[in-house]
Amino acid sequence: MDLIVEGFKQAIILIITGDELVVEATLRSLETSGLAVAVAILIGIPFGLLLALTRFPGRNIVIGMVNAGMGLPPVVVGLFVAALLWRSGLLGFLGLMYTIPAMIIAQVIIALPLVTGFTVSAIQQLNPKLKYQILALGATRSQMLFTLIKEARLTTLAAVMAGFGAIISEVGAVMMVGGNISRQTRVLTTAIVELVGKGDFGRAMALSIILLTLTFAATYTLTHYQQRGTRL
Amino acid sequence: MSRPYLEISGLIKRYGARTILDIEELAVNRGELLAIIGPNGAGKSTLLRLIAQLEKPTAGTIRFAFVQGANAGLEIRRRLSMVFQDSLLLSGTVFDNIAYGLKVRKTPRIQIEKKVRSIAEMLGISNLLSASAGSLSGGEAQRVSIARALILEPELLLLDEPMASLDPPTKDLLLADLNRILNMLKMTVIYVTHERSEAVLLADRLAFMDKGKIIQVGPAHEVLDHPISRKIADFVGAENVFAGSIAGVSDGFLRIKLGDIEILAVNKPGQSGAVWVSIRPEHVTVVPADRCQANGIQNNFKGTIENLMNLGVFYRVVINCGFPISAFITKQLVDSMGLRVKQVVYASFKAERVHIIPRESEECAYG
Repeated sequence: MDLIVEGFKQAIILIITGDELVVEATLRSLETSGLAVAVAILIGIPFGLLLALTRFPGRNIVIGMVNAGMGLPPVVVGLFVAALLWRSGLLGFLGLMYTIPAMIIAQVIIALPLVTGFTVSAIQQLNPKLKYQILALGATRSQMLFTLIKEARLTTLAAVMAGFGAIISEVGAVMMVGGNISRQTRVLTTAIVELVGKGDFGRAMALSIILLTLTFAATYTLTHYQQRGTRL
Repeated sequence: MSRPYLEISGLIKRYGARTILDIEELAVNRGELLAIIGPNGAGKSTLLRLIAQLEKPTAGTIRFAFVQGANAGLEIRRRLSMVFQDSLLLSGTVFDNIAYGLKVRKTPRIQIEKKVRSIAEMLGISNLLSASAGSLSGGEAQRVSIARALILEPELLLLDEPMASLDPPTKDLLLADLNRILNMLKMTVIYVTHERSEAVLLADRLAFMDKGKIIQVGPAHEVLDHPISRKIADFVGAENVFAGSIAGVSDGFLRIKLGDIEILAVNKPGQSGAVWVSIRPEHVTVVPADRCQANGIQNNFKGTIENLMNLGVFYRVVINCGFPISAFITKQLVDSMGLRVKQVVYASFKAERVHIIPRESEECAYG
């Protein structure tokens, strides 16, 4: 208990004093996970809409793979991305290993099935005739898709929350492809692991509290938008 | 005669190997209300979705008077609007919902405000404009849905069983309002329903669909009084449908044998053999046997009342005359004549009210 209280106090001090490690790791976490979730949304929502609204051979297999992907172990994702980005790997020529883009790639792979899978179920929960009704009121296809997303925002925003929560808090993949390099690829989670390894539990606890606060703040903001105008 | 507003020819819709729709031809004239009736699964809603360009036909064409060629997706969709059985309201307020079609057309805000208020007043929902769509009753929600379609001033309004989810009092009120509004706006309407009463109230013409085909289409009274098949007769509430055979002609009337009983119908050429005979219950009169006077009606049968069923304004009176025949009698008349079960009465109907359907007849008819 002392450790938690002490960590909380230290977290406040570190934030107020603008501790270099805290600021660096926090900003990098936000940058990496923010960009990764944005990419996952840009790909995952349209892909989810496609899976939910169209029928094609093998569709169920694709949905099954997306659902299975929602439980991908981050460390395994990290290993596969690392294997691709190593100098000897298929994409080694890009020179991305131990860089922010490498971390973003790994995090997109973790978040994408969550965003896609939630979008599929969000759209499928709507009345199937709703898309017809929207089109019959003169909407274009893209206006119809936008309206469907808006109608399904409860679950769609849950997808964004789940995706962001999953990647900002994971350590295995970013450690493996980012390397926790100071001032380059160190994020909150990898910094916590490093500090615990050094026995600096106080700062580790402080960073953990900052991580929790960030996750909560992001989730709360999305929840606020999600719950606006709900019917019940 | 001007060209029909909508012409359908050779229209086929298949889902996999299953043919859902197979319509040789159907035309809808500008300004008319065509009601499409038929059992569940007849393909009525599929037909509306194809007309609304929401699905593509497997084969055939749907031609609108304003479009050259058979395809113009968004242009067509923006000239029509559709109301479904479920109100399918979007989240947000009633105002947002009614304004939706105008917003997607990028109508200026000031015009939207004006039109929404005007249409809301027409449908009696002005007081609900700021209410959340999720807080409405079924009847209110359907009024909003209808307002949302009418505000677009569509050339063609498609209504897909819009009353099917409503309770009877709510439905009656909305139906009366819809009838008034449609008469006022004079727009072209296709109204799908499986409720005969709705079709009778609203329709100029009636089409009966079954198994994806249009079996009969014509003026509403024509389809109701002269169904061309046993199935249509049953569906439009003929109730008194009997198997018989034509026995000959006497005194200018056609004699039809129903077992040991003979009834008279108007003689039309070309009728012979096995037939179905249908007499609508509202065309049967009932008089207590002790009050019966010569009435000049060709078909007069003595029988006993087997059942008196209160249907609200009407009673259904079932009389056994050697064959069971139903009559709709107003409550006032039942009371004034003191009709009761087991009472001996005369059931009468005129020869011209006897409609003859050739047996095995399921062919299409257009009129």
